[in-house]
Amino acid sequence: MAQQTLRQKLEILADAAKYDASCASSGTAKKNSLGGKGVGSTEGMGICHAYAPDGRCISLLKILLTNHCIFDCHYCINRKSSNVPRARFTPQEVVDLTLNFYRRNYIEGLFLSSGIVRSANHTMEQLVEVARILREEHDFRGYIHLKTIPEADAEVIHQAGLYADRVSINVELPTRAGLTRLAPDKDESQIEGAMGRTKARIIQAKDERKRFRHAPRFAPAGQSTQMIVGADGSNDTAIIGKASRLYGSFGLRRVYYSAFSPIPDASAVLPLKRPPLLREHRLYQSDWLMRFYGFAPGEVADVTEANGNLPLDIDPKLAWALKFRASFPVDVNRAAKEQLLRVPGLGTTAVARIIAARRHRTLRLDDVARLTASIAKVRPFICALDWRPTLLTDRADLRRLLAPKSEQLELF
Amino acid sequence: MTAQKRSGQNASLGAHYAIHLPAPDDFAFWRERARGLIQCDVPPDRVSWIEPGGTGDLFAEGPSRGDKRLPPPPADAPPVRASQRFLTVARSAALHSDPARFGLLYRLLWRLQRNLRIMEDKADPEVRRIEELAKSVRRDAHKMHAFVRFREVTEEDGTPHFVAWFEPDHHIVRAEAAFFMRRFANMRWSILTPRGSVHWDAETMREGPPARREDAPGGDPVEVLWRSYYASTFNPARLKVGAMLSEMPKKYWKNLPEADLIPQLIAGAQAREAVMVRAGAREERVRPTTLAEVAKGAANCRDCPIADCGTRAVTGEGPEGARLMIIGEQPGDQEDMAGRMFVGPAGQLLDQHLTRAGIDRSAAYVTNAVKHFKFTWKGKHRLHQSPGAKEIDTCRWWLEAERAIVQPRIVLALGASAARGMLGRTVSVSKARGTPIMLDDGAELWVTVHPSYLLRLDGEAQAQQAALFAADLEAVRERLAELAG
Repeated sequence: MAQQTLRQKLEILADAAKYDASCASSGTAKKNSLGGKGVGSTEGMGICHAYAPDGRCISLLKILLTNHCIFDCHYCINRKSSNVPRARFTPQEVVDLTLNFYRRNYIEGLFLSSGIVRSANHTMEQLVEVARILREEHDFRGYIHLKTIPEADAEVIHQAGLYADRVSINVELPTRAGLTRLAPDKDESQIEGAMGRTKARIIQAKDERKRFRHAPRFAPAGQSTQMIVGADGSNDTAIIGKASRLYGSFGLRRVYYSAFSPIPDASAVLPLKRPPLLREHRLYQSDWLMRFYGFAPGEVADVTEANGNLPLDIDPKLAWALKFRASFPVDVNRAAKEQLLRVPGLGTTAVARIIAARRHRTLRLDDVARLTASIAKVRPFICALDWRPTLLTDRADLRRLLAPKSEQLELF
Repeated sequence: MTAQKRSGQNASLGAHYAIHLPAPDDFAFWRERARGLIQCDVPPDRVSWIEPGGTGDLFAEGPSRGDKRLPPPPADAPPVRASQRFLTVARSAALHSDPARFGLLYRLLWRLQRNLRIMEDKADPEVRRIEELAKSVRRDAHKMHAFVRFREVTEEDGTPHFVAWFEPDHHIVRAEAAFFMRRFANMRWSILTPRGSVHWDAETMREGPPARREDAPGGDPVEVLWRSYYASTFNPARLKVGAMLSEMPKKYWKNLPEADLIPQLIAGAQAREAVMVRAGAREERVRPTTLAEVAKGAANCRDCPIADCGTRAVTGEGPEGARLMIIGEQPGDQEDMAGRMFVGPAGQLLDQHLTRAGIDRSAAYVTNAVKHFKFTWKGKHRLHQSPGAKEIDTCRWWLEAERAIVQPRIVLALGASAARGMLGRTVSVSKARGTPIMLDDGAELWVTVHPSYLLRLDGEAQAQQAALFAADLEAVRERLAELAG
C-alpha cells in the first residue's frame, strides 16, 4: 500500500476517535507558560475553539494513535472485524500536530486514545510516550486527556496520570451482560478495578500536595467515563443507576452519554434503530439533576415511563414536578434553596439570584421574570407577592400546556 | 438632608460636567474621575462621559458647559465606597461598546453610596443592565480566546511570528492581551483588530494603532490539516446546526479558516448517514418468524458481497422443533448446485460419523453459518473461500432467526465460523470443544471441528482428529439423551 500522508492519517484517526463524546478541557489545575520554555495555559474554564455542525464543541485535538485493534467490540467502528481503513501515527507525529495546532490557537490540548495493538501494555506505553514528549521535551502546559486501558499494568497507568490533566476509562455499557455480549474482550471488574485504583491515586496525590508543595500532580482534572446509550437493551433507569453508582464509587468528574449512532460498516449484532438524540439529552439533564439540583437517583427514576425510559417530550425536572404536584407551588419569597431548585425553569443561577434579591424586596412575578429565562414555564409552580397559581398547578392538561410544541423530526 | 446641603456648597448648583475619556477602555481614569465627582456630590444627571471620537450626551455639547472644571473635593468629604461585586462587574462593563455605559456605572456608584448592597438586588433594572453589559463583554472575551486564529510568518531574522486578525464587538483587546501572553509566553505574536492591536515579542507587550484585515497574513499551510481535522471529527449522523450556531454565530465565520466547510458538511450529512444506514440496513427489518420466511429472505439478501457471486442461498433443513441444531460453515460447490445442506464430501463424512455416534441426522435441524457460497475461480473450478468475520456477523441475522424458530436444546457448531455465527465472537475450537457454552436462552452450544478439516488431514493426524471428532459427537449424543431423560 502506498505510504499514507500525514493528512490522510489525520483524517482516518480523527474519524475513528469522534465517537468519544468527551471534549472537556475544564477543571484542571491552573498553569501557564510564563517562565517556561514552551506554550500552553489552563485557567480553569475550558475553551471551545470551534463547533462542528453536529453541535459538539471542538476543544481538544481528539485522535487515536492507531485504529488497528485486536479487540472486537461490536459497537465500535475500529473493531478487528470492521473494514475501515487503518492508519497509525508515530508519537512524534502526534506531538508535532498538537504543537502546531496549539500555537495557532486551534485547540486547548490533546485527547489521545488508541486501538489496542500488540498488547494493552504496549499501547498504553505509546500513549504515555506522547504525553511525555509533550511535557518534558517541549514543556507543553496545555491540556492533555489520556484514555487509559484497564488491561494495562497499574504502573503504566500511573505514569499516564502524572502527565495528563485527565484520564478516563470507558465503562461502555451499563450492564455486565451487555458488555459481555457486545464487547467480548472487555471485563467489567477489570474496568472498575482500574477506576478504583485511579481514584485512590488522585486522592493520594491531592493529599500529598497539601503537605508538600512540589509533590507531583496526578490527573488534576480527575477521571471521567463514557456509556453508550441504545446499543444494548438497557433502559434509562439502568443507565441512571449505573451512572450514580459510578459517581459515588469512583468520584468521577463526568459520565458522558453517547447515543449509539450508525457507524460505517456496522456489526450485524446490533439489530438497532438509532436511539433519538433527545434520549441522550434527557440523560444529561437527569445527570445534572443529580449533580447540581439535589435529586436522588431514585427520584429521577420515579419519572421514567412504563418502559423504564425518561419521557422524551418533556425534560425530567418538569416530569418530576408534574408527577409530584403536592410539592408545588413554591413561594419564591420564603422557600428554601432546595425547594426552589425543584421548580422547572429555575436553574442554579436563577435560584441564586432570587435568594440574593429577596433580601432586598418581596418579589413580584415581574421581578421573578427579570431573574429567569422564561417566566411562562415557572409560573404554574411558584407563588410570588402578586401571584398565586390557584387553578393552574392542578390542571389535568398542564403537561400539554408546558410541553414544547414542536417535535424533533427524524431523518428519513 | 445632608447630601443636598453639601451639594449646594461644593458643586455649583445646576453645573454640568463633561468628562472626556482618553481611551474607550480606560476604567482607571473613569474610576478616578467618578470618585472626585461623588465626593463633590455631583448627581448623575449633571455628568456626561465622552469617549474619544464620541459626542457623549446631547446636553453636554456646548463648550461652555463641557469644559467646566471639577472643584477639588472638600476635605471632610466621606470616602467613596463600592462593593467588590460592583468593581468586578464595572471593570468588565466599562469595556462594552455601549456609549451609555460610563453614565450607567456612575449612576450605580451614586446609588451605592446610599445602599452598599444594591448589587445583590438582581431584580433592579439598572443592576440587571450592568450585569448584562458585563456578561456580553465576558462572552466577547471568551470568544476571542476561542476564535483568534494565528497564522505563521517568518520574520527577516528567521524567527517565526504568529499573527492573527480578529474583530471583537467590544473594547477588550488590551484587557485580553494578558491571556494570550500567559498562554504563548515564549512565542512572538500579534493580534490585529479594528479597535487597536497588541504585539508580544516574548518579553514585552506593545500596543499599536487599529489595523486592517489586509495587514494580517492571508494563509498558513497548517490550515489544510486543521480543516481536514474539522471535517473528519464531525459526525454526520447527529446534525445539530442550531447548537453550533448558538455558540459559533455566523459573524465569526469570516475569520475562521474552517468555517467555509460548514455548508458542504451540512449538505453532505444526510446523504452520508443514509449510506451508513443502508449499509447496515437491517435496523428497520422485522425478524422472520417462519423457516419459509427465512429461506425467502436469505435468498434475496444482499447485505454482504458474497450474495452477489451469482450463487443461491442454501438454508437449513430439518424439522421445526428439533432438539439438535447442527451448524456448518457455508455451502460448498456441490451444496450450491444441489441447493441442499451437506451433500458434498464433507457432508458424507459427517453422515458417517453421525450414524456411528447414533445421532439421527433427519431428526436434527441442519444449517450453515453463512447462507451463500463464497469462492474464487481457479480455472474452471470454484474454489472454496472462508467467509470473513464481517460476513459471518452479517449472516447471524438469519441464523439467529432460525434458532429462534427451531428452539433447539443443543446447538452443535462445526468449526470456528459456525461458533462465531452463534456467539458473535471468535473462539478457539481446540479450547472450546468438550464443554458446552450456555447461550442466552438456556440452550447449550457445543463446538467441534468441521468435517472438511478431517478431509484435509491424512495418516496418523487424521485418525487422531477423527477420534476426537467422534468423541465430541458421542458427548453430544449423551447430553441429548440426558436432556430427554
